[in-house]
Amino acid sequence: MIKQLTLSAALVLGLGSAAHAAGGAGHVEDINFSFEGPFGTFDQLQLQRGLQIYTDVCAACHGLKFVPIRTLSDPGGVGLPADQVRAYARDVLFVADEGANAHLYDFEEGAARGLLPTDNFPAVENAGAPDLSLMAKARAGFHGPAGTGLAQLFQGMGGAEYIYSLLTGYTGKTKEEAGTTLYENTAFPGGWISMAPPLEDGRVEFDPEHANDLHHLSEDISAFLMWTAEPKMMARQQAGFVAVLFLALLTVLLYLTNKKIWAPVKRAAKGQPAE
Amino acid sequence: MSGIPHDHYEPKTGLEKWLHRRLPAGAIIYDTLMIPTPKNLNWMWIWGIVLAFCLVLQIATGVVLAMHYTPHVDMAFASIEHIMRNVNGGHMIRYLHMNGASLFFFAVYLHIFRGLYYGSYKEPREVTWVIGMLIYLLMMGTAFMGYVLPWGQMSLHGTAVITSLFGAIPFVGESIQTWLLGGSAVGQPALNRFFSLHYLLPFVIAGLVVVHIWAFHSTGNNNPTGVEVRRGSKAEAEKDTLPFWPYFVIKDLFALSLILLIFFAVVGFMPNYLGHPDNYIEGNPLATPAHIVPEWYFLPFYAILRAFTADVWLVQLVSFVTGGIIDAKFFGVLAMFGAIAVMALAPWLDTSSVRSGRYRPMFKWWFALLVVDFIVLMWVGARDTEWPHDWISLIASAYWFAYFLVILPLLGVLEKPTAIPATIEDDFKEHYGKADADGATQPAE
Repeated sequence: MIKQLTLSAALVLGLGSAAHAAGGAGHVEDINFSFEGPFGTFDQLQLQRGLQIYTDVCAACHGLKFVPIRTLSDPGGVGLPADQVRAYARDVLFVADEGANAHLYDFEEGAARGLLPTDNFPAVENAGAPDLSLMAKARAGFHGPAGTGLAQLFQGMGGAEYIYSLLTGYTGKTKEEAGTTLYENTAFPGGWISMAPPLEDGRVEFDPEHANDLHHLSEDISAFLMWTAEPKMMARQQAGFVAVLFLALLTVLLYLTNKKIWAPVKRAAKGQPAE
Repeated sequence: MSGIPHDHYEPKTGLEKWLHRRLPAGAIIYDTLMIPTPKNLNWMWIWGIVLAFCLVLQIATGVVLAMHYTPHVDMAFASIEHIMRNVNGGHMIRYLHMNGASLFFFAVYLHIFRGLYYGSYKEPREVTWVIGMLIYLLMMGTAFMGYVLPWGQMSLHGTAVITSLFGAIPFVGESIQTWLLGGSAVGQPALNRFFSLHYLLPFVIAGLVVVHIWAFHSTGNNNPTGVEVRRGSKAEAEKDTLPFWPYFVIKDLFALSLILLIFFAVVGFMPNYLGHPDNYIEGNPLATPAHIVPEWYFLPFYAILRAFTADVWLVQLVSFVTGGIIDAKFFGVLAMFGAIAVMALAPWLDTSSVRSGRYRPMFKWWFALLVVDFIVLMWVGARDTEWPHDWISLIASAYWFAYFLVILPLLGVLEKPTAIPATIEDDFKEHYGKADADGATQPAE
């Protein structure tokens, strides 16, 4: 019984201290992304720049294993022409991680087969970095006030903002811990992250030319990762909008029907003739 | 069906007569649809139809989701993403199902509190009430198991916390927990059986819903006055009631349509607002999330579970008296289930001779405090257990029990009720009878 008491106390304490640690979440900037709000839309050119940043920089360590390559040509998203998607799959994407992508290997040839648009982006697990497919939905930027989450009603969940803040939040300080270099970051919970600053001014060149300072690169990749996490966002909002319109119409009609049906009953209650 | 005198089904055509002799289906439909309903029902009587809609929505979307879902620890998370990305309309169906659970609980809480305020649980509707509580328990079980299926971080670790509750039962707890999970930890056997039960239980709920409706169609609806419909003659009863069709069907549909408007706005524009971001991280038994919180609709009872820690004197006393058999953890589990049990016992704990809270001047305030208490518990359930949250949850939990176990029995003795209208007709006239009331756009209340 003493053991059980100790266990339950540890459980309670554990929950408490873990929650306390989570309270040390970092600072997240509020960015005005084009996709925010009920009428927000993805900026197709921004997503295409984001795709290039992902391919040139992030893909070295991070996979997108849940994202089918063919969806790069979907409307309401990156919107590449179909031939470019095929070329992208064949030429640009390399399969970095044999273990996690066995299905993409041609074992007779002993090499990765050429990717097809029907494949998903390869998984990358050997670098120990998390998959980015859902990162923008797996983080919340805002919680307040008092943890009620009401701010999220107006500012959105803030996953893309979190990614932006992380990429721009490096202070330049580093420290060694158990043989790993940690980098100080104002957005990362706990303040120290093992990812080296991945982006800097001019890290990626765009054709045609486009602003490529750290701020713009971070915004573009954050927007792209919002798309990878929620590729059907625009279709969903459109469906929601149509549903709300039709339901508004139905509600008005039912309101009038209801009023009409009850009118004689209420007239009768006043002692007036029913009709 | 009901004891209220009313017109019954008369088969007219030859075909109807032929069928009626063999299967009186027409009579059941007619009597259910035309059932005399108190004409003074207010807008809090619309949640039943919302709940019926939710059950149908959850079953319809759930059946489609199950066609594309894979209950395997290595594939469940990916199969959800498959639904979100590859299945036609899959993202919409899944978001409807996810948020449908929230609407379901939102409606059931308002439905329950409606019953608590207007005394719908009181004689002769105890059976309706207890069946309702059973439905609510099954809803919680179903929702909990459904939350496990996406196999995200919160699914996995939330399940580990909740199933460990069974481990708190003295002597046999660990065996029960192992038996429930099919192993020592949450893994493949647990996921597979939760999927099976998550598919089964909604149909059990549907069955109980039929019994729930049958029960209150036998007693007749309660109403905001708590005064029973006069049953002396058909003419008398018709002064107090109106047939369910079309008066209440249209009223309920209007309310449902308005609620669905808001619901679809949530699904279309902010479908992840009520969820937790951690559940978009694939479940990993080796990494525990920093802060495990259940879905919002479980928070009040989760708060009660956590409120009774080992440093509460009552817990220490119980532990001492029972020789340590009931420790803090088991006490918390008992408190959580007890919080629902005392609600189910309300018909026998409430000693007042007056049914509706409208005519109970003291009760009104204690009831309002109970509503506040419920919201406070929901808020504190999502917080950590540091000061002052530990005290807030303890006081709020204590009030929950005090309301049912002390206040309800005492009020019946201490309180002097105000004047009750003699009939439902009087109440209706009181409300609408004033010459040209501008607020008469609403059917009742």
